[in-house]
Amino acid sequence: MPETTSEKPTEKKVEQPSERVYGVGRRLIGKNYVTPDLYAKVTGQAKYAEDYHADGMLWCKLLLSPLPHARVKHLDTRKALAMPGVKAILMADELPPPADNLTDNGTVIKANPKAERALTMEPLYQGEPILAVAAVDEFTAAEAIEKIEIEFEPLPFAIDPLETLRPGSPNPRMEGNIWVQAHPAPAAAGAAPPSPPPPTIGQLKWTEADFANAKEGQLPTGKTPDEWTYGDVDGGFKTAALVLDETFVTPDTSHQTLETRSALAYWQNGKVYVHTGTQSTAQTVPAIARWLNIDRSNVVLISEYTGGGFGSKITGGISLIIPALLSKKTNAPVMMRISREEETYIGRARPSLMGRMKIGFSKEGRIQALDMFVIANNGPYDAVGDVPSSGRIVSLLYQPQAMHWRGATILTNTPPRSAQSSPGGLQGIIIIEPIIAKAARQLGLDQVAIRRINCPEGKAPFGPAINGKRQYSTSAFLKEALDRGAEQFKWQERISRTPKRVGSKVRGVGVSLSTYVGGTIGFDGLLVITPDGRVRFQSGIGNLGTESVMDVHRAGAEILGVPWEKCEITWGDTAKNLPFTCVSGGSQTTHAMTRAAYAAAMDAKKKLQEIAAKTLGGKPEQYELANERVFRKGGAGMTLAQAAKRAIQLGGIYDGHEVAPDLNRLTKASVTALAGQGLVAAAKDQYPRDGGTFSFVACFAEVEVDIETGKYHITDYLAYADVGSVIHPRALGGQVLGRSVLGMGHALGQKWVFDPHYGAMLSTRFYQSKPPTILDVPVDMRWEALDIPDPETPVGARGVGEPPVGGGCAAVLNALSDALGDEIFRRAPVNADTILASFEAGRPMQHPLMAHI
Amino acid sequence: MAVIRDVMPAFELLQPNSVDEARHLLEQHAGDAWVLAGGLDSFDWLKDRIKKPKAVVDLSGIEELKGVRSTGDGIEIGAMTTLTEIVQHPVVKEKYSLLSEAASVVASPQIRNQGTIGGNVSQDTRCWYYRAGWPCYRAGGNICYADTPEGRNREHAILHADRCVAVNPSDTAPALIALAAKFVIRTRKGERIVDAEDYFVGPEIDITRLHILQDGDLLTAIRIPSTWAGAKFYFEKVRDRNVWDFPLLNVASAMFLSNGNIEKMRIAVNGAAARPLRLKAVENAVRGMPANAATGQTAGQLAVQGAVPLQFNAYKIPLMRNLVKRAIGGVEEAKWTS
Repeated sequence: MPETTSEKPTEKKVEQPSERVYGVGRRLIGKNYVTPDLYAKVTGQAKYAEDYHADGMLWCKLLLSPLPHARVKHLDTRKALAMPGVKAILMADELPPPADNLTDNGTVIKANPKAERALTMEPLYQGEPILAVAAVDEFTAAEAIEKIEIEFEPLPFAIDPLETLRPGSPNPRMEGNIWVQAHPAPAAAGAAPPSPPPPTIGQLKWTEADFANAKEGQLPTGKTPDEWTYGDVDGGFKTAALVLDETFVTPDTSHQTLETRSALAYWQNGKVYVHTGTQSTAQTVPAIARWLNIDRSNVVLISEYTGGGFGSKITGGISLIIPALLSKKTNAPVMMRISREEETYIGRARPSLMGRMKIGFSKEGRIQALDMFVIANNGPYDAVGDVPSSGRIVSLLYQPQAMHWRGATILTNTPPRSAQSSPGGLQGIIIIEPIIAKAARQLGLDQVAIRRINCPEGKAPFGPAINGKRQYSTSAFLKEALDRGAEQFKWQERISRTPKRVGSKVRGVGVSLSTYVGGTIGFDGLLVITPDGRVRFQSGIGNLGTESVMDVHRAGAEILGVPWEKCEITWGDTAKNLPFTCVSGGSQTTHAMTRAAYAAAMDAKKKLQEIAAKTLGGKPEQYELANERVFRKGGAGMTLAQAAKRAIQLGGIYDGHEVAPDLNRLTKASVTALAGQGLVAAAKDQYPRDGGTFSFVACFAEVEVDIETGKYHITDYLAYADVGSVIHPRALGGQVLGRSVLGMGHALGQKWVFDPHYGAMLSTRFYQSKPPTILDVPVDMRWEALDIPDPETPVGARGVGEPPVGGGCAAVLNALSDALGDEIFRRAPVNADTILASFEAGRPMQHPLMAHI
Repeated sequence: MAVIRDVMPAFELLQPNSVDEARHLLEQHAGDAWVLAGGLDSFDWLKDRIKKPKAVVDLSGIEELKGVRSTGDGIEIGAMTTLTEIVQHPVVKEKYSLLSEAASVVASPQIRNQGTIGGNVSQDTRCWYYRAGWPCYRAGGNICYADTPEGRNREHAILHADRCVAVNPSDTAPALIALAAKFVIRTRKGERIVDAEDYFVGPEIDITRLHILQDGDLLTAIRIPSTWAGAKFYFEKVRDRNVWDFPLLNVASAMFLSNGNIEKMRIAVNGAAARPLRLKAVENAVRGMPANAATGQTAGQLAVQGAVPLQFNAYKIPLMRNLVKRAIGGVEEAKWTS
């Protein structure tokens, strides 16, 4: 039978994970271990938000808008409220007014009155929640919703960003189709930065001539609000050996976390307790406080396990205030279980980018000039950062000698977007990578060679000049990853194989570079050495599946010289005194929080040395740490347990009764609450960093395409990562390959489908939106990491979640064009329909510019 | 009134132990009863509150509807036999592997463990407008949303559309047609036996259902005669994902060859129309012809005659042509030597 009918196209020997030994010379860093949450996860004992039940708990259900843009003109809830078991209905006018946000550096971010709220009487997308019903069970709540009389006044709508740019076309919001942000004058010396005014909504329309100037299938390039340039772009094009000008469209893809954004809320003594999945534990508290317009000290978040985020739950979801407010109204705990269909509407998505790119190459393949133009389909609310990010990532990853970038983020009446793993990075990479692949073919260059010549290295510059200076990366060893990856993938061997086609099967290989941001700085670490000699790390990181919530503390334990068995981690509950922690987004956690853990451990070490000197004599620096002891070489020492007891006796800075002034207020409060429990160590990461932190990966894929059916299989894949020092190999491998698969989904079929006439989404279920399954990717995918420390961070580690996403997708797309040629697809995903229709016609047949097909 | 989806409403659950009892319950609740087999199709309808029966008659407790039995001439498969059981059944594998092959690529392993053969052939279409509750022809309205100038119809019909352009999504149906199976139906008047291809109807006959079952009727068994046992079979399903996906198109065929020539053949495709299509013109045209690529090519051309593409499904024409070609001429395995 042909392999298209079998779920496993080829039975292959499953290779063992990398045999590489990481963390040479280190005790914990670079070593595998069993994370403290593992058994609960694999045995089903882990409690996610929906697993909690409270006495007298009510259930709520949402009434969603059936229209893409409308106003509620008639509403009668009397029949619903009269039903036995129905306790309350929450309406948009009962939501607290949006609160300003006071940042840690003293800037007030003014509340945006046009921002998304949890409920609305003017829905801006199909599926937007209008009201919520609380009842004794879900069944009753759903029945009650069906008894609500509601009539809408339909309003003009736009679901295709390009359409709303046409002259005279409908706007997605009454005021227009783009956000306009005024920038305040810079602050006076020593003053807090001025508060930017909230953004307003403006209108952007292109001219008929803008549209007429574009050829069939080419993205028109009208005016955009954002633009930058560096280098001599025109000169670069003039002297180029090859100039390509291509249009490419990337898909809208829902995050589709397996755990939907369900939430349970109740109030006790004026505090709201919220159970929900979030990527970031500590940082979700201020978000909840802002959404509910209450003080942070009145919010407790319980989130021990999160079933995936990928950027859709950076600080949970605003919908969680619905059960919180209903709980207040009914004086009972309220559970809101979000169904899969609801999650599709309110659960966030990556915006599609329509891109046009003109690139001038030298005959050696070096990019001399690049003109990049992108527009994003943003949905109706807050502007995502994908558009600006796409330009910066492309400029870093391929180091164009000169570059001009333009972009616009266009509002539409489609579900709200948010960052999704490698926001803007994936889109930028999959727009440029097929063009580089095409250029290599036209210039007669090897695909690895053309990427090598454009590859970033060391302190690689990116983006436009700011105040005359371009920013640059902390380090980049991507060339080495590319070379080693090519060797391990046997690139040379594979490209010289013949035949390329047997019967209806054609095979192709592809390579792609990829990068994304990999770290921030300036957060706090916090740990307690308890009088029983154990080390308790307070972790404010979310348990979002990456294991960083545990992993980063291994950097601290390494310094303290304690066995891991003597360490424990407090996580998942903001009542348990957590430190100021980064949000887990933008792959920053491993970098930011290993630095913070390192800082806290260094603070603990210093305190241990001082305690030992105070107790046993000598100078603090004569003491060292090993084997759970602080001791002088050949002299006296004490155990960590003894030192912890001594810390309590000494008090002051040693047991948390005095707090270091440079800590964040959240950490200060936690230190104070922990005072007297042992040796309390807390420190802010103040280590220097020169450059912006990025991680890199070189990705290689092989595909086999059946040109009679259009069906293809990814038959092999390798990702070679440059992520600094490896902290936890197994978790790293999970990230590198898992995120590669997320990217592959964008090639393999994941998408949104809308009926443009009605503005209605048709792909509301998994079998319609088609996220990839485990059987859609090779069984023996491989990963490897360089393990070269980043020189700008004490532990050497960078984050990795996002870089593999763009590379996983682009390597597959490039393998496809290697197999099929350059005239098959102009958009992703690429499926049987794309391949067959184009093969039949001998030219790309899919409308590249039609949204949501 | 407002609409809510994805929460199952209440209904009376009836769990008969015999076909007679089930038939009796269906009579009792005529017009308001829903027949539940494995539930994979039913639960979507119920959870979305688009179908709101007062009573659900669950067939899972009826032992006489389960299992594969040998008959004097072939086998009989109870309608409630799971797809997994069919995939694993030694006689099916040995003599009617076309069916086990087809059943093995339905949806996912979990769904095959729960889904039944009766449910698989009786399931409703997956047209995304109809399934989302749009008031289309098939739902009793007077428009087809998929067949409008802007309608999204990548997965819709290229043949025999009549107002409605939905397709039948079953993988086992074309295999059963190719095996000349008979469907056993218990009706008000007693037992009725129909040819597999006559079990399915297009919109020109009944626009609201994909099969001939009327209210109160039960599909009880599928009989496969030995006529095609051990024939040269071909089954292929093309889908977007390697698991958990409906077919874009599938093809099933059975051939007897004599000296390389086709003595007789049965072939059916699904995913092209509202019912699985038995390609009789192809069967007739290839009789006596060599089973090779050239015959396949001709047969493929013949198969797609009259196909009318919609805006987004023109690819189904070369796809159907190629699948029919491969059913006859075979497909060359890619054996890469390096």
